[in-house]
Amino acid sequence: MTPDAHAAVAEAFRQEWGRVVARLIGMTGDWDLAEECAQDAFAQALKSWPRDGVPRRPGAWLTTVARNRATDRLRRGAAETAKLKEAAVLSPAEDPVTGDGGRDDSGIPDDRLRLMFTCCHPALPLEARVALTLRTLAGLTTAEIARAFLIPEPTMAKRLVRAKHKIRDAGIPYRVPPARLLPKRTAGVLAVLYLLFNEGYAATAGSDIIRQGLSAEAIRLARVLARLMSDEPEALGLLALMLFHDSRRASRTDDAGDLVTLEDQDRAGWDRRQIGEGTGLLEAALRRGRPGAYQLQAAIAACHATAPDAAATNWARIARLYRQLAELAPSPVVELNRAVAVAMADGPAAGLELLEALEASGALAGYHLLPATRADLLRRLGRPGEAAASYRQAVRLAPTDAERRYLHRRLAETGHA
Amino acid sequence: MKYMLIHCVDESAELSPDDDGREHGSAERSLAAWIEEMEGRGVLVHGDRLQPVAAAMTVRVRGSEVLIADGPFAETKEQVAGYDVIECADLDEAIEVASGHPTARIGTVEVRPLWQP
Repeated sequence: MTPDAHAAVAEAFRQEWGRVVARLIGMTGDWDLAEECAQDAFAQALKSWPRDGVPRRPGAWLTTVARNRATDRLRRGAAETAKLKEAAVLSPAEDPVTGDGGRDDSGIPDDRLRLMFTCCHPALPLEARVALTLRTLAGLTTAEIARAFLIPEPTMAKRLVRAKHKIRDAGIPYRVPPARLLPKRTAGVLAVLYLLFNEGYAATAGSDIIRQGLSAEAIRLARVLARLMSDEPEALGLLALMLFHDSRRASRTDDAGDLVTLEDQDRAGWDRRQIGEGTGLLEAALRRGRPGAYQLQAAIAACHATAPDAAATNWARIARLYRQLAELAPSPVVELNRAVAVAMADGPAAGLELLEALEASGALAGYHLLPATRADLLRRLGRPGEAAASYRQAVRLAPTDAERRYLHRRLAETGHA
Repeated sequence: MKYMLIHCVDESAELSPDDDGREHGSAERSLAAWIEEMEGRGVLVHGDRLQPVAAAMTVRVRGSEVLIADGPFAETKEQVAGYDVIECADLDEAIEVASGHPTARIGTVEVRPLWQP
């Protein structure tokens, strides 16, 4: 039974850590105390569960143990301030906005939404929002977060301490923002989760396993958010987008660690379960009739994910979606992608026209994918000499060896290397 | 919680000759409206406008010597032009109060919590 109990604690850690910490912060207002008591509760589970069996509702068990620990510690604290906090533990104030609407079938209110909004408050620096989210909601240790972001552990520890002090000293509220602030703040939470996902997604097979794991943590948190904000289509859209990207994780690189383009990927290696889940989420989001940038990006990713092969890709639809995205959330990178899609739908000359407008704006100067895309369009237009010149420019700007190798191969294919 | 709003504006821009009087007048009006609203809500504790930085000097004491110099030496173009002390439920309310002040549109408002022992 012991290995089962240990597995149950590990699983409960993944599922319940954020919820226990969130609840304890809600009760005590003390972030350090909340983390310490949550840690104590999991340590206690490692001792008790192999002996007494896994409780029927692990989350409720862990929250109760953590809360009792907090009450004990506050009682032992002699100061008046501790007595005040104890009163708060014994009669926790409910959030007037959300009430206990987050309460689920386990009977424990789910405070994770408040915790997400507080961790992602715009008064905190972006890197602190990311670190705080990983520490308090996902339960990564300071050492793990430091490794994932390639900075020394003491630096990360300081970053977390400063962020927690700022929440306390500047009076950043622990709550789901009121309706008038909600759209912008929700966008802020989604942006942090997407950043986390991309940090993990950009990590290649050779890099640190913790770094790769960031994508899985981001998906887990996006899942929690999509459940707690089920009427927010962008939350569903973000989760769908992550799942579509993640479904291609294994096919993105070859055995040598080189990037494989979407066109050349083995589609049999794509995770059908993730694609199916993403499709369902995207449909549910689009039915709400409130399109947003994540839903549109997910819709584009869905076009690729559901095409039986590269040739069958619905490029006309992708070009339309990029046009909508460019209207809703204009950015030069979106314009670049739109040019690629238009080139696929209407021919390379039409794509090149859009690309030249983008080049004239100077917005993406120094970005290697700009000359790389121009080279590709020129190659398809039967202008190999000009294509080779653009490939050479792209090679000079490419940030990674894998990308340089890819561009060199393409350059060689022009016959003008 | 108490916060101080520190209003920083570019004095030269404010005093520039092409700044038409009508716009200036509307800023004055919206300032009066802000004060009235915040006093009505019980948010505004006190606040004042400062004279231009040209009227300022700095005092330092090093050892037994009193050092007096002309003006502050901030590198930035924006100078502190006034302050308000406000009493708010939390930072979100303080941000809302600060964003309604006219200097937020022409300059920068620093929102700083007061030290609480």
